[in-house]
Amino acid sequence: MEGTDVFVIFFASIFTNNILLSLFLGMCSYLSVSRELKTSWGLGLAVIFVMTCTSVVNYLVYYHLLVPLGLEYLRFIAFIIVIAAFVQLVEMVIDRVSSRLYSSLGIFLPLITVNCAILGASLFMVIRKYDFFQSLAFGLGSGIGWALAIMALAGLRSKMKRRSKVIPALEGPGVVLIITGIIALGFIGFSGLVQIG
Amino acid sequence: MINALLVPGLSMAALAAVLAVIILIAERYLLDYGEVDLTINDEKKFRVKGGNTVLSTLKDQHIFIPSACGGRATCAYCKVKAVSGFGDILPTETPLLTEEEIVDGIRLSCQIKIKNDVAIEIPEELFYIKEFRARAAKIIDLTYDIKWFHLELIEPDTIEFKAGQYIQFQTPEYGNQSESVYRAYSMCNVPSAKNRIELMVRLVPEGICTTYLFEYMKESDEVTFTGPFGEFYLRDSGRPMICVAGGTGMAPIRSILRTMPREEIEKRRPVFFFGARSRRDLFMLDEWREFERENPGFTFIPALSRPDQEDEWEGETGRITEVLTRHVDEDSDAEAYLCGSPGMLDACLSVLTQKGLPEDRIYYDKFE
Repeated sequence: MEGTDVFVIFFASIFTNNILLSLFLGMCSYLSVSRELKTSWGLGLAVIFVMTCTSVVNYLVYYHLLVPLGLEYLRFIAFIIVIAAFVQLVEMVIDRVSSRLYSSLGIFLPLITVNCAILGASLFMVIRKYDFFQSLAFGLGSGIGWALAIMALAGLRSKMKRRSKVIPALEGPGVVLIITGIIALGFIGFSGLVQIG
Repeated sequence: MINALLVPGLSMAALAAVLAVIILIAERYLLDYGEVDLTINDEKKFRVKGGNTVLSTLKDQHIFIPSACGGRATCAYCKVKAVSGFGDILPTETPLLTEEEIVDGIRLSCQIKIKNDVAIEIPEELFYIKEFRARAAKIIDLTYDIKWFHLELIEPDTIEFKAGQYIQFQTPEYGNQSESVYRAYSMCNVPSAKNRIELMVRLVPEGICTTYLFEYMKESDEVTFTGPFGEFYLRDSGRPMICVAGGTGMAPIRSILRTMPREEIEKRRPVFFFGARSRRDLFMLDEWREFERENPGFTFIPALSRPDQEDEWEGETGRITEVLTRHVDEDSDAEAYLCGSPGMLDACLSVLTQKGLPEDRIYYDKFE
């Protein structure tokens, strides 16, 4: 992907190629932690941080450790180890800074490790042959895109809790998936702006 | 060939090692809160290691807060009053606290962590709660599924408790059970026998603790429990007493009634309603008849909800609520002590309140 402008990648990964809304990656925490705006904001920040850092670190690990040694086939394991380590770090920081956020994220904080969006970002970086700065832009952009999606949903859900009548059978994840589909359709409207991948 | 394994192995190990070092360094700086002051009830001060929950920190100081769920924020037994040094209420706590409790600063001690100098308030009697080692001295069958356990204290060798209180029995690891659990059981003996406690336990099919007690624990085995806990004890009001129990709910009532002096029983005229399904679920009948003879004023009313044909039962029949409806006077000035399963208790509560007994004169201990 030589030549693609860093800013194009950054904006495309937020809007037109939003990792959640166009690829539906990272759905589990998106569905479960989107009841309150405040919590989603916290998880969104954590994902932005982890995604940016891991894209960069995984870039270095891939091109400066795995490729020279001919170990590209180990990238899944290597990437997951790096992600797990960063999630640990984030967990410690949040525990220190905000008990409230720590307690409301609960199990979903350590579960960022297995958030497929994060591994996905690192793998796309390899598949699309991004260079260092493109990886940074893509990681940061995808993180922001994911946070944007979950916060949009959380905003809708907290409004719906007060106003909307939902068919009982669709309450919870059911109606959330339908809403997500509609938001995703809306985001297709951006596709004329920039395009990658 | 060796290289083909060595290179990937070593490089992965190196990567993991570098990350581990980073995490360790971060842990050293981020999660180390150093030593902080924990003040309890404005008088007792402890120097403790920061970073742990209030519940576990207090346990390290040999102060035992009641807790049944093991810190999962479901049982809500471990409430303490947070005076200073804690942040906002946590989302895991909100469902278990009432609005007044939140205003009063009541928190779940298993959820809040000590990160700086803090102050809390706990009921004074929690200081008397200790961890006991005891020996199973005698195990007696009461019915086909209820046993009476006599535990002799080893260390400490005496216990102070109020009749009606309970202890938390800790099961050791046994069989396939690799996790130790706590279960609450009320004492059925009088507190004046300071060197032992007696428990009545019904076998719960596949229950972790009761399976241990019924199938694994043998006489002279050593066991561990903490206590005493509980707000279910005799109120010194001088009012007439209505006692209601089902199954092993008899335990605290037995302790309470047998602790009362003779004159007090004569004055307060306790009536003890005991509910069971059929004759084979009844126990200690002779003992209660004997107690009735020795203590004028006391009445024991056992009631069977489903007596079998061969039981030849001539006593009360019907559900305990029906028996209560028949025997309790409207607007009586009595106070009631209830103990048993939640279903039975809720039903009895509504009968008694319908009879005009105010709720603050009904004391109960729910066996959940």
